[in-house]
Amino acid sequence: MTTPTDKVPSDGAPQPSKSAPEAIRAIPVRHYGRYVAAVVVLALLGLLANAVAGADLRWEAVGDYFFDDQILEGAKNTIVVSVLSMIMGLVLGIVLAVMRMSKNPVTSTVAWGYIWFFRGTPVYVQLLLWFNLALVFPILNLGPLYKDEMTDVMTPFMAALLGLGLNEAAYMAEICRAGIQSVDEGQTEASQALGMTQQQNMRRIVLPQAMRVIVPPTGNEFINLLKTSSLCSVVMFEELLRKAQNIGNTSGAVIELLIVATIWYLAITTVFSIGQYYLERRYARGSLRALPLTPWQKVRQNVFTWHGRGPSAGGAGA
Amino acid sequence: MTAMVKSEAVHKSFGPVEVLRGIDLEVQAGDVFCIVGPSGSGKSTFLRCINHLEKVNAGRLYVDGTLVGYREKNGKLYELRDREVAAQRRDIGMVFQRFNLFPHMTAAENVMEAPLQVKRESKAAARKRAVALLERVGLADKTDNYPAQLSGGQQQRVAIARALAMEPKLMLFDEPTSALDPELVGEVLDVMRDLARDGMTMIVVTHEMGFAREVGDSLVFMDEGIVVESGTPRDVLGNPQHDRTKSFLSKVL
Repeated sequence: MTTPTDKVPSDGAPQPSKSAPEAIRAIPVRHYGRYVAAVVVLALLGLLANAVAGADLRWEAVGDYFFDDQILEGAKNTIVVSVLSMIMGLVLGIVLAVMRMSKNPVTSTVAWGYIWFFRGTPVYVQLLLWFNLALVFPILNLGPLYKDEMTDVMTPFMAALLGLGLNEAAYMAEICRAGIQSVDEGQTEASQALGMTQQQNMRRIVLPQAMRVIVPPTGNEFINLLKTSSLCSVVMFEELLRKAQNIGNTSGAVIELLIVATIWYLAITTVFSIGQYYLERRYARGSLRALPLTPWQKVRQNVFTWHGRGPSAGGAGA
Repeated sequence: MTAMVKSEAVHKSFGPVEVLRGIDLEVQAGDVFCIVGPSGSGKSTFLRCINHLEKVNAGRLYVDGTLVGYREKNGKLYELRDREVAAQRRDIGMVFQRFNLFPHMTAAENVMEAPLQVKRESKAAARKRAVALLERVGLADKTDNYPAQLSGGQQQRVAIARALAMEPKLMLFDEPTSALDPELVGEVLDVMRDLARDGMTMIVVTHEMGFAREVGDSLVFMDEGIVVESGTPRDVLGNPQHDRTKSFLSKVL
């Protein structure tokens, strides 16, 4: 049965009540565990600081060498080889992912074999293999194209680039494949129904949407790569760690120079992490109604809500 | 006069499951041809065979006198290349149950995409026609909105405009209102009604019996992969002859 309130004539439509009830002012739940945890952490930090203060460390050496020309060059080499390897890995990775998913059994098997090999062997071994290639192929002979002594071609830089880049491609291939497969099949059907070819579909419809899934793990991969590049010291590549160790061994300040390298690695990865965060945020645009808050916005919100009022959540997406 | 779509003994299986077990029918140019039937009856699969999203296992399918998906030469069938299949699909528009709009493009960009990529139209010309088409489906003010910012009914109307942008001679509708809230169904059916009035050949898989009766020129009832009954919508819906048709209609009408 319909009650009278179900059908209210337009002139008597229900109105929101004019006098809002008093806003709720309750006493928040107290989190005593947080105070306890803070005290414990502070105590532990104090012990650590005490231990470091008593250690036989020459802090001035850290300062002295931090901006040393050798260290700066090492940091530059680390960044250069990482960026170039990543570009190589990304381009080759997309190609491998498309090959892997191809209906052509030859290309998909080749891609499978590539990923199987380069993902299945340690990058350390791969670096050594590239570096020592001259032992078995003293001459690089590409027929009419190119011919030279292998030792001239396989410089420490080349060995580092090939070792890191080809290895990275295997991982990027899997990331790209996951991204491409995450795009709804209906998208491909729609573009096919419009008369677009498979190539147009991939380039215009699927890849742009796959990017949202590909970018976050790619940022992760890059930071990993930056750190893995420290292995390149085994192929005589003059990257950050090798430079630091060189100085450390000659000056006797081994730990001090390792601290220098540690701080540099942290600084570089931090800068790139921040970049990654904003890149992800950019690609989330259009798919989310409200973008996640930036760290700065979070800090502001936390500080203001402490006092019970502040900017409302999710304001960034408006 | 050749039929717009001619289906001769079309069979389709997915593995061991036979979804279509011999479909014979003809759709005349300018007709609105409705396909009704219970879910799993193969009606959507048949629709997808018409633009070769699904490969037919046996039988022949012709659109405007041309064999779909294959070339017949000296009694042998040759599979068409990806590019050739794509060319065949240009003249056949399709509207999906779940819209399948491109989420990374605005409404206007969705409509422009195929003319730009497939027909190599200029951006200005494509944009101009996209705006006109969106206006035609009543979305003149939504050209620069992304699909996520539109209601289901609006998204489906953009999808219809997107299909029309290729100036197809045949439109396929795969349950275009099934994913919509009841109050949004009407706006999509209105657009389809206008399209029918303009003489577009349409094949519509639908559960909207009212629409089929009002707009349809002919109607088939499918069940378990075959056409059980066919005729004018008034006859089939109003005076069904077969028990299966009767029991289905008694549940949906």
